[in-house]
Amino acid sequence: MGELWQLLLAFLQIGLFSIGGGYVIIPFIQELAVEKYAWISQQVFTDIITISQMTPGPLAVNTSTFVGLRIAGIPGAMIATFGCVISGVGISILLYRFIQRYNKSVYVFETLNVLRAVSLGLIISAATTILLLTLLGISEISMAAKVDWIAVAFFAVSLYVLRKWKMNPVLLMVLTGILGGIVIQ
Amino acid sequence: MISQRTKLYIWLLGINLFISTFTFGGGYVVVPMIRKYFVSRKKLFSEAELVDMAAIAQSSPGAIAINLSTLVGFRLAGMAGAVISCIAAVLPSFVILIFISMFYADFSANPLVISVLRGMQAGVAALIVDFVVDMSMLLIKERSLFLTLLIPTAFLANFIFEINVAIILIASCFLCFVRVWLNERRQK
Repeated sequence: MGELWQLLLAFLQIGLFSIGGGYVIIPFIQELAVEKYAWISQQVFTDIITISQMTPGPLAVNTSTFVGLRIAGIPGAMIATFGCVISGVGISILLYRFIQRYNKSVYVFETLNVLRAVSLGLIISAATTILLLTLLGISEISMAAKVDWIAVAFFAVSLYVLRKWKMNPVLLMVLTGILGGIVIQ
Repeated sequence: MISQRTKLYIWLLGINLFISTFTFGGGYVVVPMIRKYFVSRKKLFSEAELVDMAAIAQSSPGAIAINLSTLVGFRLAGMAGAVISCIAAVLPSFVILIFISMFYADFSANPLVISVLRGMQAGVAALIVDFVVDMSMLLIKERSLFLTLLIPTAFLANFIFEINVAIILIASCFLCFVRVWLNERRQK
């Protein structure tokens, strides 16, 4: 019981302090799960990140599920995931209601405009990271990068198909997956 | 007879399970997915509303994918919709991860798995770029120099200078308050 409680508290903290989502959460989990509580080793932690990137779903959710599972089985996975998700979801709903209630206020109206622009900039930043990882296999701009021409071709054709024919995203994922299995190796 | 409301709940459950199963490569893919199924196909709310909800989901802690799915559920069917959407958004990755962690070593070393995932990664990158282009055009159309300039500024601050997202969000809200306040004072 003590362990489950600790797990809940740790992942509540992780969820609450991970504004920006995705990669922001990695150092937090590392600090708590590896360094503070020593629930998992550094090697296992690195493995978890790899699995999380390979599987659908946000990194934060995947990592909490995996860590929880390692420590206390399925109940642990449920508690860690719950802890990780609940504060973000709660705060989103509160913020949404607040903004709806006070949308006549010029401050709220303008703040929403600003948040819209800023979050678009942040999504572009995440998109750039994903692009670099996909096309060059690195996460920062550097001279050592080697262009992966197959990935460039995959990307260019996908983008063309999306913009030209508005292709269904799920169909695109399935097709790129199948083609990847055939072409890349 | 199934009531209209129950139908909406079931649809929300199904569509969120479906979207979440295909969010390879991080949560951001959820935004174009939701646009496709909720906005373009079913016209349940407008593109502008989606951008608002995405901005709120992004500004709250936690994963944008989960936050956004929950908000969309809340927008369409209140608290019950939010709970259903949130559970449906978490469930696929939860189940898949439990399954995979049982034989992780074989999975991560399989060359076929790796190449399928690399193909999908390129598709994900294209999906996000497609979405970003559309959203940027929507925002630039509002013809506000301040807002338009905020997009590259936030990008540079986050990507090049690696400033914490929370600081970027707080600083831009502060900037916005000062701007509105100055505007109001000028009008008096």
